Amino acid sequence: MTRTGTTGHDRAGGGTGASASGGLDAHLVVDRGTFRLDLALTAAPGEVVALLGPNGAGKSTALRALAGLAPLTGGHLHLDGTELTHRPPESRPVGVVFQDYLLFPHLTALDNVAFGPRCRGATKARARAAAAAWLDRMGLAEHAGAKPRRLSGGQAQRVALARALATDPRLLLLDEPLAALDARTRLDVRAQLRRHLAVFEAVAVLVTHDPLDAMVLADRLVVVEHGRVVQEGTPRDVARHPRTDYIARLVGLNLRTGRAEGRTVRLDDGPTVTTTEDLTGRVFVAFPPDAVTLHGSRPTGSGARNLWHCRVAGMETHGDRIRVDLTGELPLAADLTTVAAAELGLHPGTEVWASLEAARAHAYPA
Amino acid sequence: MIPADTSGARRGDTRGGAGARRRRPGTGGGQGVPLLLLLPALVALAFLLVPLVALLVRAPWRGMPEQLTSPAVWQALRLSLVCATAATAVSLVLGVPLAWLLARTEFPGRGLVRALVTLPLVLPPVVGGVALLMALGRNGVVGQWLDAWFGVSLPFTTAGVVVAETFVAMPFLVISVEGTLRAADRRYEEAAATLGASRFTAFRRVTLPLIMPGVAAGSVLAWARALGEFGATITFAGNFPDRTQTMPLAVYLALQSDPEAAIALSVVLLAVSIAVLAGLRDRWMTAS
Repeated sequence: MTRTGTTGHDRAGGGTGASASGGLDAHLVVDRGTFRLDLALTAAPGEVVALLGPNGAGKSTALRALAGLAPLTGGHLHLDGTELTHRPPESRPVGVVFQDYLLFPHLTALDNVAFGPRCRGATKARARAAAAAWLDRMGLAEHAGAKPRRLSGGQAQRVALARALATDPRLLLLDEPLAALDARTRLDVRAQLRRHLAVFEAVAVLVTHDPLDAMVLADRLVVVEHGRVVQEGTPRDVARHPRTDYIARLVGLNLRTGRAEGRTVRLDDGPTVTTTEDLTGRVFVAFPPDAVTLHGSRPTGSGARNLWHCRVAGMETHGDRIRVDLTGELPLAADLTTVAAAELGLHPGTEVWASLEAARAHAYPA
Repeated sequence: MIPADTSGARRGDTRGGAGARRRRPGTGGGQGVPLLLLLPALVALAFLLVPLVALLVRAPWRGMPEQLTSPAVWQALRLSLVCATAATAVSLVLGVPLAWLLARTEFPGRGLVRALVTLPLVLPPVVGGVALLMALGRNGVVGQWLDAWFGVSLPFTTAGVVVAETFVAMPFLVISVEGTLRAADRRYEEAAATLGASRFTAFRRVTLPLIMPGVAAGSVLAWARALGEFGATITFAGNFPDRTQTMPLAVYLALQSDPEAAIALSVVLLAVSIAVLAGLRDRWMTAS
């Protein structure tokens, strides 16, 4: 919806139009009784799409469906104009980097990477030459003879990426590609992965529950909850204009819904809030916790705009600040410095007045 | 104090020597192993070991070189090793695919098939031999056609020995390999599939190497079972020197005429068994 330029016609076309234009055009339906995945997904060649969502949202099922490892119970899958809906995984031009890599433990790094080309008909010598070239590109030439258990997490991740890319896939799938790494390695590998994805000319779909991975690696985010797309757009759009509580929490924003009349929005919770945008109708209102100021008593001088009577429900340290959860007139989260918290003598149950800068409250159509 | 005691007891147990038993009363009574468990355990251990020790004690060591160089012993030993190895090979070629089928596919009656596969494990071997005669004997259900079409008759031949041994040994291999297959991470097969491997290629290049410890364990079990096979062999293949008379048959026969020879042959079989166990212990006992 926010990136209509690239993908709008694909989505509108649905069938033949999208197929002819190349890239991915999928409608994935997987019905498992208690859980139903129903997800439309399109992507242009060269685009990196991140499926972002909480655990159990169906991201991994979507990935398995794209790879052919989970059979579709409905919908369709076209890749570069070719129908793949019912093709078995081994005859799909798809490469997968699995969450824990699943490098074959009995094969060297080189033979792991050569496995794909070999299966797709290359001679042993050719497959190994191609594999060596891929390992070289990943900066792993000196580890070609190593068995997977001798590789560090970051190296194993790159071997897994090389193995997936060595078959020249038209669709690259990455399942939580950085989840198995420690924080330090993650930083390096994320940067490397970003470079490799940038030069990858076909479609890449990555699944993650980490917003940072999604924002750094992907051109477009597709947010999945309960098996459905709840929002999609560029990382910037999604981060600025979250449309669900899950995203709002991920990007650290307060999110409320209401009805706008000009700059004033009557929230569904009851009170009104003044925002920077001039809108009419159903809207979301988002504001960062650090735009909220707390006062021990009703501040004098200011008008009644964006001022609410609240009670402290909980507190926790959040980086170098204190995040305060408030209930009362308007449930919200506020960030304040440790000093400010101490001066106010905050503890659960304290009554406070919360004020919000109108300039930092943004409204956008729901 | 307590850790020192228990570690001492554990070291004693693994040694199983008399030293450990003598030390135990000094280690503080009730803290260790309850007497009601310890006593039967020691009886069991003795029960298993004493016969083997007795065999070694009574072995005619002085006459041993003479016994072992007799052509009859070599014939029986060679025949036993060849037939047990051949039976293991047949079990591998047929049993591993069967194990794969049981572990990796769904078909109606799979549970029943699995139960039938394990039947030879519990069936008295003699019954197995009779059953083989009914199936593959010259007038058997299948054997009459083998005889009529190919002129092949299995009973009372060396091939018959291999058939009988395979019949009793293959279930060990199938059960062992199937268990390993079930425990193996199937996602490696999925990874292979996404790389373009057909199901057979994935099996050959990924699954099989990964389940090798289980295959090795199953092979050893099957080989050992085939080596000691007596009932089905003598029933189906008879007892002809140099053709169907394997070591166990030779031992049994010798015991009636020449007990010293029987003991000597038994010691040889015991030595082979211990050698196999020792040789493969690290390779598969720790791996699984």
